[in-house]
Formats: sequence, C-alpha cells, structure tokens
Amino acid sequence: MARKRKPKLAVWKFASCDGCQLSLLDCEDELLAIAGAVEIAYFPEATRTRLKGPYDLSLVEGSITTPEDAARIHHIRRASKTLVTIGACATSGGIQALRNFRDVKDFVSIVYAEPSYIDTLEQSTPIAEHVAVDFELRGCPINKAQLVEVIAAFLAGRRPNTPEHSTCIECKRRGTVCVMVAAGTPCLGPVTHAGCGGLCPAYGRGCYGCFGPMEAPNTQAMSGAWKALGASEDEVMRVFRSYNAWSAPFRAESEAHEKEE
Amino acid sequence: MNQKLTLPPDGLERLFEVLKERGFTVVGPTVREGAIVYDRLASPADLPRGITDEQDGGVYRLKPRADGALFGYVVGPQSWKRFLDPPVKRLWRAERDGADFKIVPEEPDQETFAFLGVRSCEIHAMAIQDRVFTGGEHKDPGYEARRRSAFIIAVQCTVAGGTCFCVSMNTGPRSESGFDIALTEIVDAERHLFVVEAGSPRGREILAALDTRPAEADEMAEAEKRIAKAAAQMGRTLDTEGVHDLLMQNPEHPRWGEVAGRCLSCANCTMVCPTCFCSTVEDVTDISGDHAERWQKQDSCFTMDFSYLHGGSVRASTRSRYRQWLTHKLATWIDQFGESGCTGCGRCITWCPVAIDLTEEVAAIRANPPAGAESIKKGKP
Repeated sequence: MARKRKPKLAVWKFASCDGCQLSLLDCEDELLAIAGAVEIAYFPEATRTRLKGPYDLSLVEGSITTPEDAARIHHIRRASKTLVTIGACATSGGIQALRNFRDVKDFVSIVYAEPSYIDTLEQSTPIAEHVAVDFELRGCPINKAQLVEVIAAFLAGRRPNTPEHSTCIECKRRGTVCVMVAAGTPCLGPVTHAGCGGLCPAYGRGCYGCFGPMEAPNTQAMSGAWKALGASEDEVMRVFRSYNAWSAPFRAESEAHEKEE
Repeated sequence: MNQKLTLPPDGLERLFEVLKERGFTVVGPTVREGAIVYDRLASPADLPRGITDEQDGGVYRLKPRADGALFGYVVGPQSWKRFLDPPVKRLWRAERDGADFKIVPEEPDQETFAFLGVRSCEIHAMAIQDRVFTGGEHKDPGYEARRRSAFIIAVQCTVAGGTCFCVSMNTGPRSESGFDIALTEIVDAERHLFVVEAGSPRGREILAALDTRPAEADEMAEAEKRIAKAAAQMGRTLDTEGVHDLLMQNPEHPRWGEVAGRCLSCANCTMVCPTCFCSTVEDVTDISGDHAERWQKQDSCFTMDFSYLHGGSVRASTRSRYRQWLTHKLATWIDQFGESGCTGCGRCITWCPVAIDLTEEVAAIRANPPAGAESIKKGKP
C-alpha cells in the first residue's frame, strides 16, 4: 500500500547498555524492510542524520537517572505521537536500579575520584514514572522478533502480540522439559513475563527473570519453591534483585527476604 | 475374542520396518532433558531401555531399572496432543492483492503417525479430545485428519506412578479398546517378550506381518498379573462420587482461596494435561503490510487474556482461575461433553512447580463442606 508519507522513527537512549537499540540493527532480514517502511529520523547508533520532530514512533531505551534526563524525556514525549519503551531499563529501571536500595551518595563516594562532578538522581526509574508510555516492550535484552512485531503492529495500527503470561507457557509450547520439576533446578519462569521463548530452560538453566514480572506473579509461592529446592534467603533476595529489581512485584519480594543490617 | 500372540523384543525392529513401509512416522517415548518425552523414533534403540521414572507432586526423576524393560515407566511431561493438536500452528496466510487480499490456505499435513507406547489413560484422553474437536458442529479438520490416520500401539501399564490415579477415573491401567495393537511387556530373569493383541483390522494386518507365535497360557496369565499389579500401585486416589455437585455447590469454599495462595498461575497444569484443549489465535502482519498470517497457539485458562472481554479479565484472581480449571475439568466438562475431563494421568500434579494436587484439593473440599452439604460429604447424590 502506498503511504502518503513514511512514518518518522526515532530511537532514544537514556541510562542503558545500548543492547536493546542494537537489536534493531540486529534485525538483519527485516532491517531493510523496516528502513523501507519508516523514515529513520533520529537514531545516533545507526546514522548521523538528525531530522527534527515530531516523530510518529519513538523507541526509548534506558532509565531516568539524572536531572537532565528527567527533563529530556518530557521533550521527547512532546515530540512523539507514539512512545514505546524498550527493555528492562526503560520499563523497570534496569540493573542500575540496584542503587535504589541504598544511598546513592555512598556509591558515588566509592566509585568516583571526584564525586563533586557527579550529578545524579537518588533513584533509577522507568520511563513510565515520568511520562505517559503507549507500550512497554520487556526484556533484558528485548527479543528482536518482538521488536519487529511491535513496529509491524504500529505500522498496521494493531495491537502487538506480546503476551504477558508466564514463561512456562513458552517452554511447554516449545517442548522443553521443566528444569524445576525434572532436575530440581530453581527457575523464575512461573513468575516471569513471556517473550524470550523460554531460552534458558531449553539449555538446562533456570529462568533469570530477564523479562520481569508476568501479569499475575505469585512471587511468595515462587520463593517458597526456591527455598524448598535449597535456596537460601539471601539467594532468593538476590534472584529477584537483578535486571528488573525495581519492578513492584520483584522489589517487594526481594525486600521480604532482605536481612536487617 | 482376539487371539493373543507373543512377540520377542527384537520383533519391535520388524514392527518399525512394517510401519515405515506403510508410510507411518513412528512416534514414541525417548529420553531427553532428564525425562521421557514423545518424539519421532528411528528404531527401537531410541526407546528408554532399563529406565523408570519416580514421580510425586512437583518432582520427576529418571532412575535405572535392572531388568532392561523398554516400557517400565509411566507418562511424562508430554502427551500425544502435541502431535494431534500441535501447540503452535499457522492456520492460513493472506496476501495483499491490489485493494483486496487473497487467503492462502495451509497445506494439509503430509505426516501420518504411528504412536508407540500409548497408555490407557492416554487413549481415554484422545477419546475426550475427539469429542471436543470432532464431536460437535464445528470440527477441527486438521485434528480430525491426524487422528483418523494415526495408528495406535498401546502399551499396557505394568507399573503405576506416584501421581497416577487412573483406577479412580476408571480409565486404566488396562486399555480395553481404542488401539490398533496392544502390547504387554513381560521381562524377568528368564524372558523378555510382549504379549500382543490386535484391536482393529489395521492392527491385525500389521501383526500378520510380524514374527509372532500364539501366546502360552502362562504368558497371558503373567501379563494379566502385571497389569493387576499396576492397578494396585496407584500413587493417588480421587473419590469421584458426587464430585460434580460437590464442586458446583461450593464455589465459595475457603479452600479455593487457600489454594490460590500457593498457585503460581503459571499454566503448567493445563499445558501438560492431555485433555486441556484451549487455544488462542494471533493475527500478525509483517513490516510491509502486504502479508498477514493467522496462528493458533496452545493457551490456558490461567492467563489473564483468556477471559479478557471488553474492559478487562472476567477471572482476574488466581482463585477464580484455579476454580474455573478444576470445576471445568471435573464437573462442567460432564455437562458439556457427557464425561469427566480428567483421566487420572497425574501430569498436573507432577508438573506443578509447587506440587498442587487436585486429588488433595477435592478431598479438602469434600472433608469440610459448608453446612447443608452433608449428602455430598458422604458421597450420596
């Protein structure tokens, strides 16, 4: 179908490792189709071209960690018709949200030779805590097939197929034998949002929860099952405190297992 | 009555050859990822020899058995629905054609299956799914074609698992019908053989091509003894007396809330259940917008999307979702299809990561019904 004008795509980076926006460049077979269907207006990882807004679709990677970024995201929101956050940093605060559990000034004084140069916020927070977000794509990193699906859905004006149920459903559809039941390997799959296709259990590893909490996570029952398989309180605390540590369900569960200091 | 025959274990080699000559893909049990799964088999060498399984709530482990039995275990995480009703399948494609579009139907499956090692509970599960997919006005043509062509080689259970309760559900351990051939494995220090019988003209035709001899009386007696032993070994029991009314009259029983506290809502029970048939449909378009596809995927009543109507999920709580699953399986399935949806295979118990056991849940509701439900407690109508 001939469109009057190609939609303008912008890719924005906040506090992140760049892995999620790189999965757009990693789309290989679909990349040319994407480049043909949209005008890449702003994507510094890929091109020096910088077209002015407004943008039809903004993909936002990373979390908000500095006062500048807290202001910048509002400009991006205002310049974007549709704003989609991609990855655990943008949707839950990322691994850098571990600092939220401590006083950030303590880290700054240990890590940096000149702490006075550092201007940072107390917490690393997801984009949706600052501006309205039209769609959140989960994962650390995101699944590139899901990114293509989100872009294709945007272009067609339909809802993306990115189910919010457990990772277990993906394992079972794939035919993976449950590592928790058949090997006694602790796994976060039952409380983790689908999207990776059940990657780790297919290789005999328990799920690490890269896609964050599923739609109805019973984290308390999950912790009980981990402890029944021999995990300590500290291990249970740590497993919920990774890439999606600041998501409300995982945060509450890790805090329930944190020892008083 | 069918004449019973005896087949030596190397007769399975010939069985594979005969099935392949007739165009069947042989699917049966094999060891993968620490479990016995169903997969395409090249030869009897792919069968789990000298292996058994230990099962309990949330626990499955393979163990060696000294006798070299080929079918000395019960059911694993998969069931034949994986092949009869594949968990992910494309229904059709559509291509843009000017201002219109044209539908490109899927090619019918080319593969016809011979299922080797089908247990009695699984034959009942197939019959239950037959009613779902082919019993009503709207038939599933893919399922119907795959099911009609499938050749069923039953194996009579001579051992029961820790979560088995087919005796309670009246679905086993002996397969009485619904198979083309049935095997009973006899293995001890002196002998290793199969007592075989045909259950259909197709089965008789295949058996005639194998190197069998009439079964001796003591062999038939030994086969019966082993099946009876399995029947006496059931790891679980479920009192089905009045279970329909028990569940339907207790929608507010406190046990539903109690089990919801343990339930992960992960859907594993429904995914491993050999009769759960729910699916969802996803329509996808590609980047160009010139191609669309419709995919059908195995779904579960434990997801929020499953009961999503305008504005939200009708069954938003885990309590309501667990109750929906159990009452459908054991009660409203009877209203809908004239029989229970449970075969007593025990998969939902074994493969629940937190060991929720429907036999325990039903027993707990039965043990403590609200006032006025005494007749159900005693199992009277």
